[in-house]
Amino acid sequence: MNITPDYFGSAADPGTLTRLRDRLEQAAEAEGLLDIAFTTVDSPVGTLLLAATPKGLLRVAYDIEDHDRVLDTLARQISPRVLRAPKRLDVAARELDEYFQGQRRSFDLPLDRSLSKGFRLLVQQHLPAIGYGQTRSYRQVAELVGNPKAVRAVGTACATNPLPVVVPCHRVLRSDGTVGQYAGGPAAKNTLLNLEAS
Amino acid sequence: MRQPFEQVVEQHGGTVLRVCRVVLGIHDAEDAWSETFLAAMRAYPDLPDDANAEAWLVTIAHRKAIDVLRARNRRPTPVNDVPEAPTTLGVPGDKDGDGDLWQAVAALPDKQRQAVAYHYVAGLAYAEIAEILGGTTDAARRAAADGIKNLRKNYPGATQEGAPS
Repeated sequence: MNITPDYFGSAADPGTLTRLRDRLEQAAEAEGLLDIAFTTVDSPVGTLLLAATPKGLLRVAYDIEDHDRVLDTLARQISPRVLRAPKRLDVAARELDEYFQGQRRSFDLPLDRSLSKGFRLLVQQHLPAIGYGQTRSYRQVAELVGNPKAVRAVGTACATNPLPVVVPCHRVLRSDGTVGQYAGGPAAKNTLLNLEAS
Repeated sequence: MRQPFEQVVEQHGGTVLRVCRVVLGIHDAEDAWSETFLAAMRAYPDLPDDANAEAWLVTIAHRKAIDVLRARNRRPTPVNDVPEAPTTLGVPGDKDGDGDLWQAVAALPDKQRQAVAYHYVAGLAYAEIAEILGGTTDAARRAAADGIKNLRKNYPGATQEGAPS
């Protein structure tokens, strides 16, 4: 006798699972179980992963960071209750879209900075002070946060920024004017700088 | 390492839906699926790292299904002349006349239907099924075997070579 899993409703029913997934997303949000909601959006710098807690936007990640690995890390560091749930990211996705179309110069989003601590957090909190289309050197940022000798630490703080694009670490360059390191790769950093310069 | 719950839904959502359909029928399966995954998400942070996620989900689904079956059996029948109940079983887009199979499955005693679902659909070992149903591993194996025997008797189509697509 051939009783196989396919016998009892085959995979020919993806619509039902999609509907059930939507229901789960809503119920989990209503019951306060959706610790981390995530979605992906297309952009001129590749597909971006967006993740948010109820508190705010938690993580923006580039393709080359490997989205699956980023989600694994969030599950370990924050909570394993992670679900693809685009609704919570609607506003963030819209603001990013406006930014990439050149129609938005600053972001107006609640942020969850749980992933950053200490000096890195301090630096990242200061980055939005660098306005759209402007740039600073790592040294200038070190001076800005009142620790002019911490140039290298400022570089690390920028490189480990969990909220790239939204928290504009791409506006910090080397003193010689070259772009320096970036989580999304130098090409992505150039794309953002060119966008803001146009 | 605890993987994101998203992957649990991705990997096991389809199987749990089929299990719920076999145990409860198409009508109640979706509610059981929803309650199963919501309860699973609530308990997920406490799941031991080495746990078998599929067996764990089927165990939760089993409890949710029992609630539904109990409610169904309690349901009053306020008419004198009870019409033959239309089956709530079947899969959408059933073109191959598998409705007969679904009726045969629905006609099985609860324990046989559960054992068939957990072994043949979820792929659980009889020892795992025994833990879910209570009783011994042998009893679980026997319930599944009896279930298959009954299905073969009531649904001769199932003896044909090659599973229908």
